[in-house]
Amino acid sequence: MKAHYGYKDGSGDYFIIVDTDKCNGCGKCVEACPYHVLELIPNEYDIEGGTMAVVKEEHRKKIKYSCAPCKPVAGERKLPCVLACEPRAITHSW
Amino acid sequence: MKTAGVDVGAKFAKVVILKDGQVIARAKMLVGFDVLKSASEVFETALKDAGLSRNDIQRVVATGMGRNTVLQKPPINADEAVSEVVADAAGAYQVVPTVKTVIDVGAEEGRGIKVEGGKVKDFVINERCAAGAGTFVEAMARALEVKVEDMGPLSIKSANTIPMNAQCCVFAESEVVSLIHSKISKEDIAKAIHDAIAGRISSMVLRVGVEKDVVLIGGCALNPGFRPPLEKELHTSIIVPDFPEYVSALGAAVIAANPMR
Amino acid sequence: MKMTQAEVKTQEYWRWPEYRRTVSEKDWRNASILTAGVDIGSVGSKATILVDGELYAYSVMRTGGVSQDTAVKVTTWALEGTDLEIGKLHYIVGTGYGRVNVPFAKKTITEIACHARGAHYIYGPTVRTVLDIGGQDCKAIRCDEKGKVLSFLMNDKCAAGTGRGLEVFADLISVPIQELGKVSLNVDQEPSPVSNTCVIFAKAESLALLRQGWPKERVAAAYHAAMADRIVDLLTRVGIEKDFVITGGVAKNTGIVQRLERILKIKPLEPKMDPILAGALGAGLFAKALYEKEQGLR
Repeated sequence: MKAHYGYKDGSGDYFIIVDTDKCNGCGKCVEACPYHVLELIPNEYDIEGGTMAVVKEEHRKKIKYSCAPCKPVAGERKLPCVLACEPRAITHSW
Repeated sequence: MKTAGVDVGAKFAKVVILKDGQVIARAKMLVGFDVLKSASEVFETALKDAGLSRNDIQRVVATGMGRNTVLQKPPINADEAVSEVVADAAGAYQVVPTVKTVIDVGAEEGRGIKVEGGKVKDFVINERCAAGAGTFVEAMARALEVKVEDMGPLSIKSANTIPMNAQCCVFAESEVVSLIHSKISKEDIAKAIHDAIAGRISSMVLRVGVEKDVVLIGGCALNPGFRPPLEKELHTSIIVPDFPEYVSALGAAVIAANPMR
Repeated sequence: MKMTQAEVKTQEYWRWPEYRRTVSEKDWRNASILTAGVDIGSVGSKATILVDGELYAYSVMRTGGVSQDTAVKVTTWALEGTDLEIGKLHYIVGTGYGRVNVPFAKKTITEIACHARGAHYIYGPTVRTVLDIGGQDCKAIRCDEKGKVLSFLMNDKCAAGTGRGLEVFADLISVPIQELGKVSLNVDQEPSPVSNTCVIFAKAESLALLRQGWPKERVAAAYHAAMADRIVDLLTRVGIEKDFVITGGVAKNTGIVQRLERILKIKPLEPKMDPILAGALGAGLFAKALYEKEQGLR
């Protein structure tokens, strides 16, 4: 299941997408994020259960700002959460 | 050499007249439904203050959201239009030659600009979201039933930090109302509002990197409640020049004086 | 809780009416499983009472300042006139905006899962795409034949594309919100939409149009067109598969629904009951399933 967390406003579309079919609940992205945007919660969508990574509630509506420091205008773009995820479950739409 | 810079913003139109590197007149006016009319009126006002006519001005450069409205249109007849980012950099460099980072917060847009030798190195624009700029402070002032110009002074009186959850102007208004019902003081709420907007602006500025000297310009720089939370978020002191709302127009006038840039 | 004309001196155009209904003739005393689903939204709160998994009664009211109080109020109101008491319910599930706001619920389930489940109840098992336009957020959900969520997107930062945006607009043009959709369809030709990304800017643009002499209907049309455009944008992110349904309070706005149909070229299914109940219904159904599991009946 693909979960999109974020929003669209006057300045653009900003979504972090977690593919829970790929997410193995390892939590490496949670640790890698320097701004504590992510967390692990029980997977409520799957009967298998387990845990899945989600964007914390308080960050969902300001994700553009929460993630801004990791997206410098100049220089190489290295998103710690994306790099930490082995199954490549997490992506950014911007 | 006499030049003029016209900054047609989302809310105010600003004009600066420059003579051999010195500002000899400044004027600003609210932009009404007829943008060209408002810009022209304020331009005439500035000319009158300087005791000049349009023919005395060698070159006019326009900037701001409505810059194309005055491009080659009488009576302003702007010769060139430049983006706000370029004008901001030139203007900030003129007033603070050691500038490396410019933060410009206007009515509807916020910008972060990395400057090197007066030229734009990198920039980030926080576009068209009312919560990222001056419109937010105005809307919240209404919800608080306070005059806009009192928002800053009120916020400075508070030493408390109350987080605001809403990120949208519309929802923030309801949140302010419920904070009032929870008997939170107006000072604390005003501070929360300034903290919220400073948080948004600083995270965008971090995208270009913060390097001293950091200069804050634009209409919001007139608000004394703006600088403190920004300085706190960015861990650096920030310079607010005199007449900060005119710096972009000044930049345009400077560019007009140096067409070979 | 029932709106009386005496309560409001000047008409509040944004205030939609609150209501409760008993919809089943069933005698709850003969039933095996009595459950409730309570959906505390940021704008509206809904409670459903289910008797053996079938909708028995419900209530819809505005969420007050203290959501726990609203949870009690809306549930009690749903039971009014049925002589069924909260204590007799076997299982209650809470859902809605934010984590736990229903203190007497045995379990809280995410509103996404509840909406998918509730949409299946309201519209049938062919549902694959659910669009929920609530008071303060907008959700697009893709689900399978069992109502299991395959993909979702939730936009809750922005007032644009939500019921709140419509409330602001109703106030602006002084039209009761329940009639807004109809008013917006009363145009010969669809005008250009206003800003679709910010209610503040859309409001300013609408004001300018009104000042230019545009009739209310036309301005309403421009606003609804913008809102529909924005919703389609979000829907496209998760993809749209038939059958497509709309839930949430805004599903009752014909101006939005018809425009969505026009743009997507897919006709949303007709609801057999109030679409605002999707979340609370899903919660009530989950309550039944959880109770059965608990009792070893599954």
